Amino acid sequence: MPDQRLPAATFEELALPLFDQLYNFARWLTHEPTEAEDLVQETYAKALRGFSSFQAGTNFRAWMYRILRNSFLSSRTGLKTTVAFDEEDHEMLPTAESPTPETLFIDQATREIVQQALEELPVYFREILLLCEVEEMSYQEIAETLAIPPGTVMSRLSRARKALRKLLQQQLRGGKHGV
Amino acid sequence: MACEAWRDKLDAYVDGELTPAEARELSVHTRTCVECAADALERVQLKRSVAAAGKRYEPSAELRARILKSATAKPGKRMGWKWAIVAVPVLSVVILSMLVQSYYGRENARRQRVYSELADLHVATLASTTPVDVVSTDRHTVKPWFAGKIPFTFNLPELQGTEFTLLGGRVTYLAQTPGAQLIYQVRKHQISVFIFQDRGEETAALPSGPLKALSFNVENWTQNGLRYFVIGDVGPDDIQALSKLLRDAA
Repeated sequence: MPDQRLPAATFEELALPLFDQLYNFARWLTHEPTEAEDLVQETYAKALRGFSSFQAGTNFRAWMYRILRNSFLSSRTGLKTTVAFDEEDHEMLPTAESPTPETLFIDQATREIVQQALEELPVYFREILLLCEVEEMSYQEIAETLAIPPGTVMSRLSRARKALRKLLQQQLRGGKHGV
Repeated sequence: MACEAWRDKLDAYVDGELTPAEARELSVHTRTCVECAADALERVQLKRSVAAAGKRYEPSAELRARILKSATAKPGKRMGWKWAIVAVPVLSVVILSMLVQSYYGRENARRQRVYSELADLHVATLASTTPVDVVSTDRHTVKPWFAGKIPFTFNLPELQGTEFTLLGGRVTYLAQTPGAQLIYQVRKHQISVFIFQDRGEETAALPSGPLKALSFNVENWTQNGLRYFVIGDVGPDDIQALSKLLRDAA
């Protein structure tokens, strides 16, 4: 039963405005239109069923994204991506060389280059970047969504950006050579 | 603070996650430190690029319709459930009470029919010029008289020392079932005692116990497969007293 303090239409009111963003996020996770659609649909179904357990006053958006992400991780594609998901387990990425004005290339980088780099990132880097930059979530919201401590958000985000920068530099160099 | 220390905070700075005091300090630092300023700018640009690149996929109208339907239709269903949770027990109670009522209604009608008929028999007997076919105050005469006339036998009480007198007996029928009718007298009042086999559809499962029917007092019970009815215009005490004598004798 829905929270008695909330009017009956609240789930709709809260959940429907998130639809476009959730689909975009789902698609980035799955790479697959059909899978993304299933994932969004599953998310809404689960959220509706579990709406009673949603604590009024807590972050609804983070709650929805967490459901979507958990559904994804338990899906076939998601299970494959969780290999080496452990924070401390993966090889430390080389720290990006201290940024120089040279790295301002991003100004000229096309959307496609960034998109391709994002695609190539491991899912745990991709998702945190999307939550932070696209969804403009706070560290606290990201922590709630990913179920990790806020301190981990900062370090993972930092490593994700370094990894992205590295990929972009590689691509730019490759692109330059190619042209 | 050295640039190295600030560098670690640049991400939080561009993400707007520094405390206002730290943010102010870093802001002051970037005005004098070109390297940190460039770094911060680069990070902002990276953020913007990712934000732009990340907004990439549009859901289909078909999925939108499906989600809209599922998000709006389900609460209705849930209301249906809620409705059912209340309605099912209420309906059950209503239906059950209707069944009970109609059962008791039918039972009541049946009982009324039986008592009306017994009252008729009792009154008709008293009005008859020959109320009894066997005229005897002796139970040892009355009881054998019924032999061969009704398909069962019964015992009658010794009345010595009581106010009751046996006047006689006759064969009677209730719902096409033969039985014995005995007439007793107490202080000028006549009481009929009906005895039937307890298997007739009309008498079976009638609740035992005293009651008042058509202003006659009636007692009825089942004993040894026989159904006894004691009916008369006397008070319930006399009816009960005679009933007790008959019960004890049976």
